[in-house]
Amino acid sequence: MRGGKRIFSGLNFETYSGDCLEVRGANGAGKSSLLRLLAGLDEPAEGSVRLTEGYHYVGHLDAVKSVLTVRENLGFWARLMGTANIDAALHAFSLGSLADDPAGILSQGQKRRLALSRLLIAWQAVWLLDEPTVGLDAASLDQLRSLITAHRAKGGVVVAATHVSLELPDTKTIALGART
Amino acid sequence: MTALAAIIARDLTLALRQGGGLGPALGFVLAVLVMVPLSVGPDQATLQRLAPGIMWLTLLLSVLLTADRIFSQDLEDGSLEVMKTAGLWLEGVAFAKAAAHWVSVSLPLAIIAPFLGLLLNIDAGRIAVLLLAMVIGSLGLSMLAAIGGAVTAGLRRGGLLATLLILPLYVPTLIFGISATSADLGPSGSLPSLLVLTAVTLMSCVISPWASAAALRTYLK
Repeated sequence: MRGGKRIFSGLNFETYSGDCLEVRGANGAGKSSLLRLLAGLDEPAEGSVRLTEGYHYVGHLDAVKSVLTVRENLGFWARLMGTANIDAALHAFSLGSLADDPAGILSQGQKRRLALSRLLIAWQAVWLLDEPTVGLDAASLDQLRSLITAHRAKGGVVVAATHVSLELPDTKTIALGART
Repeated sequence: MTALAAIIARDLTLALRQGGGLGPALGFVLAVLVMVPLSVGPDQATLQRLAPGIMWLTLLLSVLLTADRIFSQDLEDGSLEVMKTAGLWLEGVAFAKAAAHWVSVSLPLAIIAPFLGLLLNIDAGRIAVLLLAMVIGSLGLSMLAAIGGAVTAGLRRGGLLATLLILPLYVPTLIFGISATSADLGPSGSLPSLLVLTAVTLMSCVISPWASAAALRTYLK
């Protein structure tokens, strides 16, 4: 529900180990709302949502602090999740050379990569990605595709709400209709 | 505990690098303490009698000045969302952020303010008890300020609303803080008031995380 109005209904799906599910739809169709339901940030008006595994959620907002360095930003989330696996995550998104720079100087795409690097600091089976491609250049998009493929190969599940198809093989799609 | 320590450490780093917390609050304290003798008059006995009340009121208002910053940035940039989805207990997050506010803003003010009280001709012999009372009371002030900060976190210019919401909750701290540092003490001295002030502070530490987390949950939906 948004503003007292039903955004979507009759939605019923399951995902299994190795799945990639793209949530597609026009603006206002409820892609982000569905991701928020899955992440436990919202509750469904009817029905239920059940995630049987741990998950990472990367929403619209990057959760990046401008006055902290790139390494400090990621290090904070690593400490919260009880790991210290920062460098590998930074290098996976080509942020190693920027590690000691303040995040305030990063471009929007680099901030997005920093947000996405949270996915790699601790293993969680399910990745919930809200518009993960926004601001990414072609090379970064390829990196994201590779990481998603590797995650699926390890048995992980990816659910991505996106306007632009990730163009990955064996991807399932949910198409949400726009409200008029 | 590691997560709470990480939040406190990060918030202290942010406070040091961003500024805007302790600096303006300390400036406010100084401004008031300089203005009061000009407005009340130079009579030293009057200033000495009014000093504890003015000191406490100044501390309380300066802490409130920074209340709206406790949660607003983390809500705005999505950090609170990530903390919640990472499985962190929101009450713990609220407690950690209030504790970081105490260490970065309220505690330094509580330590500095009693010495600035000399501007009001405060009895030098009362500085130690004023310092002790303010250190204890300031923790409660930060905890209660966090409730106001959480309630107004998603509002633009929520500072004034936070002040109006929290001021009534500050009354017990104000009463027993002033009572502990007043010159007109009975035979039992400051101890009874200090003990009640400690109890009020501990109660604030218990209530604040729950109330703050409840307010934050409404913004995260």
